[in-house]
Amino acid sequence: MSEAIERDVMEYDVVVVGAGPAGLACAIRLKQLDPERSVCLLEKGSYVGAHILAGAVIEPEPLDELLPGWRDNPPPICIPVEKDDFYYLTRNKQFRSPMAPPQMNNHGNYIVSLSAMCQWLAPQAEDLGVEIYPGFAAAETLFNEQGQVMGVRTGDMGIAKDGSSKSGYTPGVDIHAKATVFAEGCRGSLTKALIRHFELDKDVAPQTYGIGLKELWQLPEGRVQPGLVQHTLGWPLPADTYGGGFIYHLDQDRVALGFVIGLDYPDPNLFPFECFQQLKHHPLLHDFLEGGTIISSGTRTLVEGGWQSMPIMEMPGALMVGDCGGTLNVPKIKGTHTAMRSAMIAAEHLHENALNPVGYDSMLRSSAVSRELKKVRNIRPGFRWGLWGGLVNAGFETVTMGLSPWTLTNHADHTATKKLSEYHGSTTDYRDRDLAPKDRLASVYYAATEHDEDQPVHLHVLDPEVCISTCVEEYNNPCTRFCPANVYEMVEDQNYERHLQINSANCVHCKTCDIKDPYGIITWVTPEGGAGPNYQNL
Amino acid sequence: MKILVGIKRTVDPNVRIQVKADGSGVALESVKMSVNPFDEIALEEALRMREAGKAEEVIAVSVGSGECQDQLRTALAMGADRAILVQHDEPLEALVVAQVFVAIAAKEEPGIILLGKQAIDDDAGQTAQMTAALWNRAQATYASKIEIEGTKARVTREIDVGLDIIEVDLPAVISADLRLNEPRYVKLPDIMKAKRKPLAKTDLSELGVATENKLKVLKTSPPPARKPGRKVADEAELIGELRKTGLI
Repeated sequence: MSEAIERDVMEYDVVVVGAGPAGLACAIRLKQLDPERSVCLLEKGSYVGAHILAGAVIEPEPLDELLPGWRDNPPPICIPVEKDDFYYLTRNKQFRSPMAPPQMNNHGNYIVSLSAMCQWLAPQAEDLGVEIYPGFAAAETLFNEQGQVMGVRTGDMGIAKDGSSKSGYTPGVDIHAKATVFAEGCRGSLTKALIRHFELDKDVAPQTYGIGLKELWQLPEGRVQPGLVQHTLGWPLPADTYGGGFIYHLDQDRVALGFVIGLDYPDPNLFPFECFQQLKHHPLLHDFLEGGTIISSGTRTLVEGGWQSMPIMEMPGALMVGDCGGTLNVPKIKGTHTAMRSAMIAAEHLHENALNPVGYDSMLRSSAVSRELKKVRNIRPGFRWGLWGGLVNAGFETVTMGLSPWTLTNHADHTATKKLSEYHGSTTDYRDRDLAPKDRLASVYYAATEHDEDQPVHLHVLDPEVCISTCVEEYNNPCTRFCPANVYEMVEDQNYERHLQINSANCVHCKTCDIKDPYGIITWVTPEGGAGPNYQNL
Repeated sequence: MKILVGIKRTVDPNVRIQVKADGSGVALESVKMSVNPFDEIALEEALRMREAGKAEEVIAVSVGSGECQDQLRTALAMGADRAILVQHDEPLEALVVAQVFVAIAAKEEPGIILLGKQAIDDDAGQTAQMTAALWNRAQATYASKIEIEGTKARVTREIDVGLDIIEVDLPAVISADLRLNEPRYVKLPDIMKAKRKPLAKTDLSELGVATENKLKVLKTSPPPARKPGRKVADEAELIGELRKTGLI
């Protein structure tokens, strides 16, 4: 792009990037503390909630604090948890644990659709005067002459696949703010670059992630027990891979189900989408689902690194809240309450310090969020010893309440994949499937994802030559399996030469490729604003 | 010249809809709503006419619940000068909406009422024609090109056998087809400015329009699920199967 593009500039006190629970909570708190303050909230999804996907069982305390009257006007899906069930699965059998792990006791918590909850929060933020702009992606961070973050630039609209301007070309605008709050969620594309730029993670362990696939089903009357929360461990995952399933019973004969897999899985041939579908065909679930219809589906990664992977959460001119900084509590498999809390702490810090982020990181680290994360810090990394070793370690860490003097470290997920020659444990005894969706393309249909085909590919592969020269030999092109939307395909051209084809229009913005590609050469950037999935009630 | 543009709030075209289990309609709870895509095209054309100096004012009109203000604000952000919301909470059929446009036209005296050729929710495709009849003006429907020459409009229509070019005297009703133009992207600063543009509210009784709907929806049901295909061994079997099912 030439320098001559004239861009509109908009000035705000605070710009928040991302209208998830953290971004919305931060914006709401900022306005509650000072209604005169101008707050702009950018969201790349075509509406608030379009890109939000979570289980989700949430702890309601931060909502109580943020919006004290919320229980009189609850979000559209909000069911008190009645019962926790915990299963260990083998291929043909299930074993219900007599007790759920203490972190998974959900008494007092609610099953929500986080997408619907954000959709419900947005008008409440707007009533307070927050200016929310869905359909606008923050594509670039802006720096001032001193090198401080001074805002963000929204993505240009109307650029053709080859980079030329289409007739409706509309340059993005520059949004300048006294403080920029990044609330991009897991593996935010701007925060990823900023963490590197300001070396915010140089003294912490590498961040680790999980991939979470989810579907919403409408079932025949009488099967669903509203408020029942079921979790599974075991099959179809091998014991060397962290992960499990969830089945949350909603109201109106709806059930939310999903599968989470730690992205530090070693098997280069592991196929997360297939694992989830296999779970659905386990005797525990197959008959329960049969005859029902799938309503929507989607995938999103989640941060699992915990306390020891949390980068410095502030930088000159800006700060991070929620999962782009990694505030999720893995043993609880909950991140909404910590994300919202970190956002409210950020808002309070900015309010008390004339919008200067300096000191927020230490404020966060002395807060209940950090204490909660520190207490459970050794549980997730203990699963490096496999499922059973991990559970023993988790038991020990729970009983000692995280007081052990050591902190287990994390390893970057893309380095955890073993080469084909080193791994021989791939699960192959899969069941034949008959429940929808039959494949990933059918699943993408239920994510209602949409990208204008005539725009630059938003998945940058640094060197596609690696795919055919090295990766196919070493790892058998795992991108063709870990992507839940079939974005990456190895195809043959007329001359029978294989090359990588990127079906970027299928992308559901989960960021798995950016994390798990074994060579670390895939970079996810924002496509045109408003593109991507259109999740409903996920 | 003023241009009245109809703006209908419909389910977003990219959203997957679900028919309610009792067949009483489509579930719209927490579903994204947008401007009907054909109305967006109509608005874009009106804005281009104004930018080309053929029109002075573009007025966006919506008939529906208070939530239609969201779509009118989008229309204002795209560039409409002002908006009118005719508030009515129950769904209305084309004939009532056409009466509304005629009632507003009596006050505003537009040169063109520019409408989308159909709305993507009920696919009725009747409002433009009914408006023209009730207004007693010419109609140029399914426009893929509009040229204004003085008090006449030359309108190109894509029809089965090719292009049909007609000329109508203004004032007239024109309905926009898909290939008329590509609507612009809304700019962020314009969304802000749109909040301060005038949006007037009125209702059917103020306009003297009776609300009587003449149609009754009996049942809404999803299309039947497609039966899975099956592989045939060779051409002979294929032809045999096609014969058997009466397809050839």
